Amino acid sequence: MTEPVLVLAGLQKTFGALKVTDGVSLSVAPGELHALIGPNGAGKTTLVHQISGMLRPDTGSISFRGRDITALPPEKRARAGLARTFQITSTIPSLSVLENVALGVQARAAHPLALFRNAAHDESLNGPARAAIEAVGLADRAHVLAGSLSHGEKRALEIAMALTLEPAAILLDEPLAGVGREEGERLIALLRSLKGRYAMLLVEHDMEAVFALADTVSVLVYGRVIASGNPATVRADPAVREAYLGEEG
Amino acid sequence: MSSADAAAAIPAPTRRRPVIAIILFALLALLPVAVSLGLPPHWLTLLTRAMIFAIAALSLDLILGVGGLVSFGHAAFVGIGAYATGIMITEGQTETLLILPVVVLLCALFGAVTGAVSLRTRGVTFIMITLAFGQMVYFLAQALSAYGGDDGLTLYERSTLLGFEPFKNRTGFYYVVLGVLIACYGLISVIVASRFGRALRAARENATRVAVTGFRVKGIQLLAYVISGMIAGLSGFLLANHTDFVSPAFMSWPRSGELIFMVVLGGVGSLHGAIIGAIAFLLTEDVLSGLTEHWKVIFGPMIVLFVLFTHGGLVGLLRKLGLGRHD
Repeated sequence: MTEPVLVLAGLQKTFGALKVTDGVSLSVAPGELHALIGPNGAGKTTLVHQISGMLRPDTGSISFRGRDITALPPEKRARAGLARTFQITSTIPSLSVLENVALGVQARAAHPLALFRNAAHDESLNGPARAAIEAVGLADRAHVLAGSLSHGEKRALEIAMALTLEPAAILLDEPLAGVGREEGERLIALLRSLKGRYAMLLVEHDMEAVFALADTVSVLVYGRVIASGNPATVRADPAVREAYLGEEG
Repeated sequence: MSSADAAAAIPAPTRRRPVIAIILFALLALLPVAVSLGLPPHWLTLLTRAMIFAIAALSLDLILGVGGLVSFGHAAFVGIGAYATGIMITEGQTETLLILPVVVLLCALFGAVTGAVSLRTRGVTFIMITLAFGQMVYFLAQALSAYGGDDGLTLYERSTLLGFEPFKNRTGFYYVVLGVLIACYGLISVIVASRFGRALRAARENATRVAVTGFRVKGIQLLAYVISGMIAGLSGFLLANHTDFVSPAFMSWPRSGELIFMVVLGGVGSLHGAIIGAIAFLLTEDVLSGLTEHWKVIFGPMIVLFVLFTHGGLVGLLRKLGLGRHD
């Protein structure tokens, strides 16, 4: 078996008296789609924040591509190839779709912050950006401002931005949340097209999507992983059924 | 899908020309002609002063409008530039090629130190801390008793350039300032359009997104802050030569507020807006102070009404009237 890309070992995080992450250990193998499910308030987003570096765990370690990244700031994790999307879509509203994506290309270019070289007409940025935009199906929206996209299109744009980092792993925080049925299906198709090429940690509420896409499912309840395994096993787990009683699934 | 297909599907971005800025600079370049045809020469002095403030406002627009950092201490840079110039001239050093490097380096240093501290904060705290740094320099200048202290420092000479006296003749001075203004506008426009500028603009709207994309946001903002300070210092150098006088009032917090207002008046983030705002501000001030001693009573409410009724400043107003950006 190949080395996992992302390994979480014994992560703990408390906010005051509240344990939001309670000894979480899990790993994601190259090309694996690992879904993380759990009821509201289970600490899923907090966990993603810790992996991407926006929050620091109290104890435990995160290693990425064999390297301990627990103490690295978000921008260094991104440059190491760890990309993420947000539960509340996070784009640059006044830049066009092309510029949003080119910003990601720029981050990995030889001179990411060149002071005097024009960025908007730089083919070395726009070329790869166009390819990523095509890959997520936003070609006809390339010159639209990100702020005027539909919700689902913003989700797709975030994924395109993640792809330009040439990531080894992508953290997807509820990419289907608030998206209508038609756009949701398009996004699921997009995630399926990426499957196998990138290691992905998918936080999602949409059980149908999770069980259709995931290789591995972990269930987080009150900050703890109560079950982990292939979708069929997890679905049959009595503890999971109890946690989800009255909810979807 | 091949990249050739993608290229065919996605056209190149359109290019924009700075039409308003070009018209503005052309009008400014023609003003001395109007003066020679009979316009009162007072206009030349007033517009020179307005353009000097336009340079400071333009530099502020880089961090305020483009970077989203509301600095309430920007006059400190103008003051440092003016004082460095004034002190060097008083000490007998009038050579521009020696004064300017000192001005720019001092401002860069001040910007790097105060920026590194200020940028640890955000929002109102950032405004307050830049204000505090500005006031620090203000009180420092007041304490400089060897160079006039509270009364300020009168200059009996102007800067020279390799034996020439570019600031001696009124029209010559006017064109020097116009040249510097155009150069600063060009420089800042290039920076805004660069990779650096794009990251700076993006960080204004969504710093988190820029960070998880792989950029160190604070570093980007600090560099913008330093560049902005250096350009503001340049305007201080010109201001000292223009008024033949430097005083602590150059860097008091109301002056920083005026610079912010010039940027807001013109239209935040558009660059040419900062120039229009500075000129409009100084012209209004000049006209009103000619009418009555209590001109601030009129000016204050005008500012309030203006902010209430025009979004996007004068540039926004021009755009509404159909004179906006033409591609």
